[in-house]
Parts: sequence; structure tokens; C-alpha cells
Amino acid sequence: MDNRGFISPYTPNTDADRRRMLDAIGVDSASELFTDIPADLLDPKLDIPSPLSELELRRVIEGMARSNAIPGDYACFLGGGSYRHHIPAVVRQIASRSEFMTAYTPYQPEVSQGTLQAHYEFQTLVCQLTGMEISNSGMYDGATSMAEAALMAARVTGKQRVVVLESVSPYYLEVLKTFCDAPGLEIETVPDGVSEMAKDSACLIVQQPNFFGRIIDLKKLSDLAHSAGALLVVACDLMSLAMFKCPGDYDSDIVVAEGQPMGVAPTFGGPYVGIFACKQKYSRQMPGRIVGRTVDSDGREGFVLTLQTREQHIRRERATSNICTSVGLIALITTVYMASLGKRGLQHVAESCYHKAHYAASMVADIPGYFLETDAPFFREFVLECPMPPKAINEKLLQYRIIGGLDVSEHVSNGMLFCFTEVNSKEEIDLLVSALAEIGGAA
Amino acid sequence: MDRSVPGRIGTTLPPLDVPIQTLPSPELLRNELEMPEVSESELVRYFSQISQFNFSIDHNFYPLGSCTMKYNPKLNDEMAGFPGMSEIHPHQPEGTVQGALQLMYELQRILAEITGMAMTGLAPMAGAEGELAGMLMTRAYHLDRGEPGRTKVLIPDSAHGTNPASASMAGFEVVEIPSDSNGNTDIEALKFAVGNDLAGLMLTQPSTLGLFDTNITEVVQIIRNAGGILYGDGANLNALLGRVKPGELGFDVIHSNLHKTFTQPHGGGGPGAGAVMVGKRLVPYLPTPVVEKIEEPNGVARYILGKPEKTIGRMGGFHGNFGALVRAYSYIRTLGDQGIAQVSEDAVINANYIMSQLKDVYELPYERTCMHEVVLSARKLKRDYGVSALDVCKRLIDYGIHPPTMYFPLVVEDALMIEPTETESVETLDHFIDVMKKIAVEAKCNPDLLHEAPHNAPNSRLDEVAAVRRPDLRWKRSSANIQ
Repeated sequence: MDNRGFISPYTPNTDADRRRMLDAIGVDSASELFTDIPADLLDPKLDIPSPLSELELRRVIEGMARSNAIPGDYACFLGGGSYRHHIPAVVRQIASRSEFMTAYTPYQPEVSQGTLQAHYEFQTLVCQLTGMEISNSGMYDGATSMAEAALMAARVTGKQRVVVLESVSPYYLEVLKTFCDAPGLEIETVPDGVSEMAKDSACLIVQQPNFFGRIIDLKKLSDLAHSAGALLVVACDLMSLAMFKCPGDYDSDIVVAEGQPMGVAPTFGGPYVGIFACKQKYSRQMPGRIVGRTVDSDGREGFVLTLQTREQHIRRERATSNICTSVGLIALITTVYMASLGKRGLQHVAESCYHKAHYAASMVADIPGYFLETDAPFFREFVLECPMPPKAINEKLLQYRIIGGLDVSEHVSNGMLFCFTEVNSKEEIDLLVSALAEIGGAA
Repeated sequence: MDRSVPGRIGTTLPPLDVPIQTLPSPELLRNELEMPEVSESELVRYFSQISQFNFSIDHNFYPLGSCTMKYNPKLNDEMAGFPGMSEIHPHQPEGTVQGALQLMYELQRILAEITGMAMTGLAPMAGAEGELAGMLMTRAYHLDRGEPGRTKVLIPDSAHGTNPASASMAGFEVVEIPSDSNGNTDIEALKFAVGNDLAGLMLTQPSTLGLFDTNITEVVQIIRNAGGILYGDGANLNALLGRVKPGELGFDVIHSNLHKTFTQPHGGGGPGAGAVMVGKRLVPYLPTPVVEKIEEPNGVARYILGKPEKTIGRMGGFHGNFGALVRAYSYIRTLGDQGIAQVSEDAVINANYIMSQLKDVYELPYERTCMHEVVLSARKLKRDYGVSALDVCKRLIDYGIHPPTMYFPLVVEDALMIEPTETESVETLDHFIDVMKKIAVEAKCNPDLLHEAPHNAPNSRLDEVAAVRRPDLRWKRSSANIQ
């Protein structure tokens, strides 16, 4: 290997250092350390680009970043599982503290109290927001949380049927299938108005508000699930809980959610954090890490990872889940965000979403050719039936510097799912309305 | 929560600029909401203070075996922080995110090249999810070929716990394979275990003993002949970078923890990313989506999110942990073809240097050249002075060094698994070696000093048994003054 032309800033040892170390090891050259590798396969040619300096790399990646249409430069009305919110400066500042960012998983509690205490706060805030008794310290994202909830429901009930409302996010449904197929769980999708459930059902999975934005009748669904001896699993929009009743109010057994709306930038879909909360009695069946409060040998308060006998590093093939590295930093981000906005801030954001979405709905409903799909109550998203395919409308909207709604025409004829949050100004909404009118008028 | 005072606020928000709309029925609305009420300055001080109770790579040496706690370049964080990366929405039309898709496409190609595989899937969000993807592909492959009877997955006894857990989640039965006296896969045991019901073998190469499994050629033959899939756990890929391609060794699939080998910061337990690379026969089963490049007739390239023909499905809500992908891409482009092999070379030199200096002080269970990590045993200290691997680890904390991985792999008694990584200087290693020698002397002269360690950390040893017996998993108003 000849790399004398390039020295990495990330490998401090010099050739002189290496020489000294190789002498101490008792070998002539580094290649003697690699003799266990079959000689005919050693040191292959690598077809990857040459090294870039910091300046050159910045130009390359900035070029890629600039070629994307960036929400903010564009008005953007996308939701459907990922939401844009204003993120206070303190959130990024604290999350980028290297004490948090470059720490390992807190297996050594004496030197991980910062992470552990933050995660205990996270569990507390999740419980308070969802109205549930206990929470873990996070899963990969909302979709995998929901899939793990189904697996857990099957463990708790000993039953194999997973009943899901068809109004649950189609993306979440796909993940559910990925996770449930191999262990042999049977997935049954049913309409929102379902009134009967088989007794061999492990759980009923619902989304509140559902994927299409509508508020569903959780009371009725909760009664239905429980009368069939099944667990009620609710996937919810965390932000809605600052305004609407929480899943805990409906005797939910497991609550999952996408944590991203709480202070995490959209980042093209990840990393996010999955919320996973449940009733206390199921604590030993939960997947993921859980932080508990305890005392040290001097009687001082401290925090540890607890109930670890559920986890893969101890229980191996009998663990409740294979999850190991999760999303600790993102859980911290959501904690700081929730604490920063606090009670009043979260209520303000949730109500802003509500009023802006309803203002927009009232305006677009008046445009000829466009119809609101339903008159059910909604929070911040609704489906608009358009006079032409959503794909065509979205292409035209880009000319107005608008990234439009999500194409849900597979589910609702010419349907588009629009989302509104506090970052969408009245000016942006009015622009959307006039653009839709012009596009619809030309149809 | 217990610092909350009603009326305090932590940030400002714009007033509502649209007319107030009719509220829904009050029975849908929430009455009570208990959330923190703290000022911005108090919030910052609180989190800054607790952050200082952490060890972290930027402050401490972290010789944590199989975790590859290498330095996380600051540049990568800035690249992932460009608004064109962090603000883009996962549902944006493909035409509006060409830069992001191009980055993913190029990363797919580079990771496939480094591992000697045909194709990469970037969807899995951590190593264990990469393993699950690999196991689900193994399952789909056998089912597709009309062999549903292949239900067994073989896993060496030195493997990470995620391996058996992932195989189990994919519906397989796990069979443990012992290591031989050299730390390699026991060939006789392997031959005995394979049969018509073999789905595959999950092998960590180099193993968690830090040893390159020199039986690899034979292992590949046995698994191939029995019709199984050879899965590679890429947790220790740092040892092989640029030195050998796992695909050329005979692996059918391997995952890479981008938060280990490719410098995505660990974040106190994630986020990570678990890219999964596959050889030709598993390409159709990759998790969706994968990025595809389409050359237009006018010569312009266009990138799309594609769905593999027989995909095992989605591993998460969107396209994987994109933020981690940007950092990994940035890191690899910084090193380029000339820097990649230096990573494994320095990682291996550093580990062997530590081994050469400590093998006479602690026990070395396998007298062999190691790869990127070395497993020592504290068995002698335990026998002679009653000092355990745990005691040694907790004492290291007093010297400002993060403990190595301990009691793992399970096949070594009182294991201390040490992985220095290539980003540590010889001076740091010398300091670590000095400290480890000093601790061995302390174990002899003053064992209680070790039993009671750490002495300088924010907390002394925490009562984990009490935490399990009386789980206190969230703050409640009634328990606010427990201290």
C-alpha cells in the first residue's frame, strides 16, 4: 500500500510511531499482522474516488444539498408521518454537545448519568403526554415501534392474529408485514367502522388521527378490542396530544408514535425516534432499553439501564427484541424540545396546526372542482379530492415554489393529503389556495 | 420536571395569523396537560450540567471492544446539517431531491465495492436491523426456491446477542456452534450441525475474540455445499477495510454498522445505520427502497427510489437514517481510496501493540496475532486477589478511561475486550497501558480500592438489583422529593 501522498487527519500515528510499535510487537512490517487473511485475497484494488480535502468535500456535498428543493425556500405542505416544526436554537445547541453526541450506550452508569438522566426525563414526558404508565427510552421510528407493539401483543396474549384498521399509514403497514410475516402472525385489515373482532386476536392497531387526518372513535374501538380479549395499540400524532384527549384516556394498552414532530428536522426520513409506552403490567414484555432510578453505594440518587433480562445481550434468541443501538440522541432532542416549548408552547403549536389546517380547508373547499374528502373532525391534515391527478398538480405547484401535498390517489380518487403546521404562514396558505384555483381552473 | 414552575416559558412562537376556527366537540379535547414550564436559561444550564456526567469520545479514551468508538469528524456533522440535507421531507417528489438520492446511490456503490458485494440496501436503521434484514432475505431466498424446511441458523458461541435475537425474529431456530482451541469456528462441530434443514450461518469476521477466523475457506465450503447462506456480521469491519473484501471471502451478505466503522456518532445509544450488502443471489430480496440510477437519452442521470423485485419489504417508515448516511459518505470521501486501508492497518497495529504490552500482566487466552481488538482475561487477578473484570473496569473510570467491553465474549472468563481504534495516538495507548499495569499492582496491594471503584465519578456503583426489584421508570409528582 502506498499512501504517502495522503495523510488522514483522523489517524494520528506517524510512520515513526508505527515503526516503534511494530518493533514492540516484534514484527518487521504491518503486513505481517494480516497473514491470517488468505494471501490471494489480500489488498484488493478499491474502486472508490480519491481523497477530498475538507474544502473540496464541502463543495461536493453543498452542491448535492443545493440541488434539492428545500422546504423553507419552498412552501411545503407535506406530512404523512414526518412533520415540519420550528425547532428552537437551544435544541440543536444542546444536542450537539459532544458529551451527549459522542457518548456510548450507557452500559457503564457511573460515567453515563447525563444520558441516563435525560432518557429518564424522556420516559417521563412520553408518559405524561400519552397518559400511559411507563415508556421505554425509544425505538428506531414510529413504524418499527408499531411493528414491535404487534409482536409484544402476541407475546402478552399468546394469540397470533393482528387486526389493523385500514386507515393506518400504508408505510407503517408495510413495516408491520415485514416484521410479522416470519414469526407467523396473521395480519387482518378492517375498516374504521369495524364492529366485530375475532376472539383469537392479539391486538387491534389503530392510528389517531388516522393516516388521512381524521379523528377516529377511540372509545368504541377500545371497547371492541377489550371485549375480544385483545390489546388496543394506538399509533398517535404526539403533537395532537397537546390539544386532543390522549390514548391513556381510552384505556389503551400500548401506545406508539413517531417522535420526530418533537424537535427533529425532517432529514429525508431519519434518524427519528419511535415512542413506545404501555401499561405497567406489561413492563417485562417491552422491547428496547428502559432507564430506572436507583441509588448508588453511597445512597445518592442515580440512573441505570434496567429490566435488562428482556434484552438481546442477555437473553439472546429469547429476547423480547433484537434491538441494540437505538436512537439515544434523538430521544434527547425530543426531550429538550418538549421541555423548551413546555406546556404553553406545545399547546400553542398544536392549536396553530389545528386553526391553520381548518382555515386552509375552508378556503380550498370553496374552489370549484376541489372537495374535502370527509366532514369528520381532523387535527392538522386532510385529504383534498382534486380535479386532476395529484402528480400533475404537484408538478405545477413547484412553479409557484410550492411543494404540495402527499399523493394518496391509491386510496382516495385524485386524493392529496395536505398538512399544516405553525411554520406555514397565512401568506403561504393563501398562495397555495390561489395556485390550486389557477391549476384547477385550467383543467 | 421537578424544576418546573407554572408560568415560565422556554421559547417564543409566532402569534396565530389566521382567523380562529371552530373547535371540535369538547369531549375530544384534553383538559389536563402536565408538561415542564422552565425558562430557556434554566433549561440550558440543566442539560449542560448533566451532560458533564457523561464520558464521551471527545473527552475520553474508549477502548470498547466490538463497538469501534473512533473519533467522529466534526466535518461530517456540518455536512449533515446543510439545510438541503436536514430540511428535506421524505415524501418530496423524486425530482426535488436528486442531490440526496445521488448521495445515497454513490454510498450504495462505495459500500458494495468496499465489501466486495453486488448491491447495498441502506434502509436498516441499526446493525441489528441489518441483521434482521439479512435473515429475512435468507428466509425469502429459501422459500422462493421451494425449500421451506431450511429452518436452522448456526451461530458461533462468541457472537453478539443480536445475532441469535435477529435470527429468532426472522422465525429461525438457533443452533450454537463452539469455537475451537484457536478461537476459530470448530469445523467438526460445524460439519455435524449442517444438514438439509440448514438456512445459514451468521459469522462475525474477525470474531468477537478479535481473531480472523482462519478456517474461513473451509467454513464457506461447508455452508455452500449444504445449501446455506453465509451471513457476515460486519460489527468488526474496521479490521478489514481495504485489506480484504468479505464478498471475495465467500460471504453472501454482510451488514455494516455505519455508527462504528463509518463514524456516525454513537449519540449515547444511537442513532446508527445498518447498511446491508449482498451478493448477486440475494439482490432481488433487498429491503425497499434502494436508489436506482437511470441514464436519460440526453445523457443526464436521474435517481429514483426503486423497489427490489422480490423485496422483503420495508424496514422503517422511510428511506433509512439519512443523516447517518450523509456522515458516512462524507467520511469515506475524505479518506478516499488512499486512506481506507490505513484505517485497518492502524487499528490492527494499535490493538497488537496493546496486546504486546499487556499480555504478561493480564492473561491472553489465545496466543495469536489479533486484528483490531484484543481480548484479555482478568481471571488471574480474580483467582489471586479476588479482583474481577468489573473491578478493573470501574477502576479505569478513576483514571478517566472508559472501561473496555467486559464479560464478553462469553467464551472467555472475566473477559476484557479492548478495541483502541485507529484514531488513537501511541501516546494515548501508552497511557492506557501504564494505567492497566498500575491497576494490576493495585489489585495485589489494595484490592478494596478496586472493589469500591469508581471513586472520582459522579456516582459510585449503582444498585441495579434495587432498580429491577422496585422499578422507578418515570418521575411523578408524589416522588419528587425522594432524595
